[in-house]
Amino acid sequence: MEVTQEKFIKEEGDLPIIVKVLSFMLFMILVFTGISNLLPQVEGQAPKDTKVDLGALTMESYIAMGETLFSGKGTCTLCHNNMGRAPDIPIMDMEATAIERLKDPQYKGKAKDSESYFQESMIAPSEYIVAGFGKQGDTSTMPIINKAPIELTEVEMGAIVAYLQAKDGGQPTVELPTDAPAIEASPAASAEPPKPTENAQAVLIKNACTACHAVLESPSTIGPELKAVGSRLSKEEIRQSIINPSAVIAEGYPPIMPPDFADKMMVRELEMVVDFLYASKGSAINTDTEKAEPVEEAKKQATDAEVVDGSVTDTMAADTPVEDQIENKQDTTEQKGKE
Amino acid sequence: MLTYLFKPFANIEKGETKQSLLSVILLLFSIVSVMLLTTELAWSSETASAVETAEEISEPIKVAPKMGPSDYRQIGSVSSRAFVWVVAQLHLFLAAFVLAVPLFVTVIEWIGVKTGDQRYDDMAHEFMKVSMTAYSLTALFGGTLALSLFLLYPTFMAYMMEVFGNQVIVYAMLFFLESGVLYIYYYSWYALRYGNKKYVHLSLGVLLNGVGTTLLFVANAWATFMMAPSGVNEAGAVTGGIWDIMRGPLWNPLNLHRFVANIAFGGAVVGAYAGYKMLSARTMAQRAHYDWMGYTSNFIAVLAFLPLPFAGYWLMAEIYAYSQQMGITAMGGILAWLFIVQAVLIGTILLAANYYLWNGMSRCDGSKRYTWLIKYIAFTLVVSFLIWVTPHTLILTAKEIAALGGSHHPLLGPFGIMPAKNIAVNLMLIGTFLSFQLYRRSDKEITVAWAGFGNALMATIYIVAIANVIFLGVYYGYFTNTVYKVGSSVAQVMSTLIVIVAGVTIDTLMFKGAKTLPVTWGKISNRGVYALFALPIAFTWLMALMGYVRSSVRTHWHVYTVIKDNSTDNFIPNIGYAANMMTVATIAFLILILFIFWVASLSETKQELPVNKNANNS
Repeated sequence: MEVTQEKFIKEEGDLPIIVKVLSFMLFMILVFTGISNLLPQVEGQAPKDTKVDLGALTMESYIAMGETLFSGKGTCTLCHNNMGRAPDIPIMDMEATAIERLKDPQYKGKAKDSESYFQESMIAPSEYIVAGFGKQGDTSTMPIINKAPIELTEVEMGAIVAYLQAKDGGQPTVELPTDAPAIEASPAASAEPPKPTENAQAVLIKNACTACHAVLESPSTIGPELKAVGSRLSKEEIRQSIINPSAVIAEGYPPIMPPDFADKMMVRELEMVVDFLYASKGSAINTDTEKAEPVEEAKKQATDAEVVDGSVTDTMAADTPVEDQIENKQDTTEQKGKE
Repeated sequence: MLTYLFKPFANIEKGETKQSLLSVILLLFSIVSVMLLTTELAWSSETASAVETAEEISEPIKVAPKMGPSDYRQIGSVSSRAFVWVVAQLHLFLAAFVLAVPLFVTVIEWIGVKTGDQRYDDMAHEFMKVSMTAYSLTALFGGTLALSLFLLYPTFMAYMMEVFGNQVIVYAMLFFLESGVLYIYYYSWYALRYGNKKYVHLSLGVLLNGVGTTLLFVANAWATFMMAPSGVNEAGAVTGGIWDIMRGPLWNPLNLHRFVANIAFGGAVVGAYAGYKMLSARTMAQRAHYDWMGYTSNFIAVLAFLPLPFAGYWLMAEIYAYSQQMGITAMGGILAWLFIVQAVLIGTILLAANYYLWNGMSRCDGSKRYTWLIKYIAFTLVVSFLIWVTPHTLILTAKEIAALGGSHHPLLGPFGIMPAKNIAVNLMLIGTFLSFQLYRRSDKEITVAWAGFGNALMATIYIVAIANVIFLGVYYGYFTNTVYKVGSSVAQVMSTLIVIVAGVTIDTLMFKGAKTLPVTWGKISNRGVYALFALPIAFTWLMALMGYVRSSVRTHWHVYTVIKDNSTDNFIPNIGYAANMMTVATIAFLILILFIFWVASLSETKQELPVNKNANNS
């Protein structure tokens, strides 16, 4: 069959081919973009940690915290749902289920009751694999909950245990936390101000200072030793080293100290640590407060605020993170200036 | 030494082929040796430093940094993530294109040698010509990306340099090598065209692809380390050698997936070039040439595309094995809706590829024997496509839920889950292969004595495979638990693969001694050619989409479980925002490709000698 040019070759007066081709391509791009914009628009927020006031915690709020964590930071519902990836915990009576599983000959763990079973299943999930789940080699597909990427704290895991025990009408046996090295939880759990750690040693352990520094019982040599730091540095320098570790780098050590301790510590905690370290030179703890530091001024300012409006307690002022304290102080100063 | 190394080309000109070949082999050996030596030096120095670290206990361990606000920078009010997103995507588009083209060019060149058909050689050279400008653009965007990352994410990049150490120097050396071999390969095309010289040229092509593929694999290690870090401890401190760091659980699946996907992408892009040149042709000879070029490009794109879902399946299976949480985040969590968009894109690709094949059958009168089947294939494709894009859950108002009787539609709801989609995608792949097979048979009259048996066997394989795909999907998907559901999808994939392998094998045997029917190149309708423009757009957008999914499964981690993303952009944006970013990148790539094609065609344009009017007047 002979093919004529007229049938295929571009004719005069037609739109330029480049225009036709580009229009077609752009139309397709817009179709794909349009379809994507028609679908449900949801953002996946990173979990945000806030402080929990353990002193104000009740069992009801602890259970509520657990429920929030179960579908939030804990990401439990990602698998534990009706899609069959893992047992559908929300519709199961977990208290009764736990008792049954403990009697199962396949159970390899050390738990004796539902509370310890729930705790164990979060940090050692392969101790009991529910029939039909898990992967080859009798290992669970469930991540270890107190490690990355989920990183629930002891308090948070306790809240989930409380929720699992209570969700079907059971009575939680888990104790309310009163003091713990880690006290972070999800924002929905509580908006109450947190309680500071009681002494400098606990603060040092809570913030894992012993992981890198030779302090307390730790012999670590990753960072400078701190057992005699009081003989080398002033209180001001110690404080600066914690709040802004990169300001002065100790010779022979890399700049690896996390810069966020100022965010994590309470004013009271920071001062306890500064006092403790300054005293670590064989002499008694120096309680000299003549040199007013910005943080101390902020603390003083916050205490003053209690007098002004009566709405801020001493505990709140002392328990606000250091960085916030400094900001609060600046805000209050500006306010006073206006007045 | 250099004189000796470059002597072979002079010898070849004189026809001293044996000595020339030996010299060229020595040249190639030297290049590879330099590459390996560099690699060895870099990696041995890495090992030596690891040993030193172990010996010098007092040296502090370098753990991963905890990122704070001071670890991030921004250019004015432009989001750092958005900036890096677009630059990285453009670099990846261009890199995929320039790594893919030499792969199929070398194969086409080899086919030209084997068949003695000069047209293959000309076409291979034209493909290379198109990709040359893209190469320098790839390097420019690569450099911009690296500078952007060091500027905007200095602490993170310092850690990555700490982890990968001298491997980045190996990467740079490979890049030099790639550039050198590429230029020699392209510019020696006509100098090394016939006889043994052609084998020298083909060897250069193989070397070029070896270096290019190694470059790809090295760069992939950075991406997979961020997704599933290996060779470091929980704190991010390096505990293994560079090989332990590179050889993460996702490295090989990603290597395979990107390698195959690049070929499909490259084929689709040069197909658009051929399509445009065909529509612009002024003579039927030109039109016929570019029709053939477009057909070949489409053939490459579809052939590479067909096994791609299986490579993707392996990658996803390894992601699930590494972290079920990561897998579900992608497939069943916040990113799950993106797979509906993926279905739209893959559906578009398959429909366009089939449409092109059906239109292309008009080039040969022998195709009339098979045209009755097209309506059934089209019906299967459309129904499967609709099932694939059916969502499981719908965002509804309370009134709508009440009217519907629940959040899932009573009839359409079952089509929203994976078993239905597995059936749909496998049927679409089988249907596409059938179109391809019919096209291949259109210009042949089979003459083997067992033709009847062969056809019956092929038909039986199709029927059994389709029945198997449907049965496995329905029975194990809806009537058993999840473990069998996942397992049955492997058997479904195997059914599809058996059809493809058996189809190619049986046809190859049946085509022996077959009578070839006349094919009129250029006879395809202009409307059919537009499928060649749909393919690269869908491929480009799909690549941007899946790259985004791959990267986003890390959620709020720069390096999963090791370095948290504490920037203001540490959230997964909504689909609309992500889609707009992909569109920006795709349109920018389209502009760059137009520039590349324009530059390629510029070399063919010769200005006529201006007529001297004064001389004529006098």
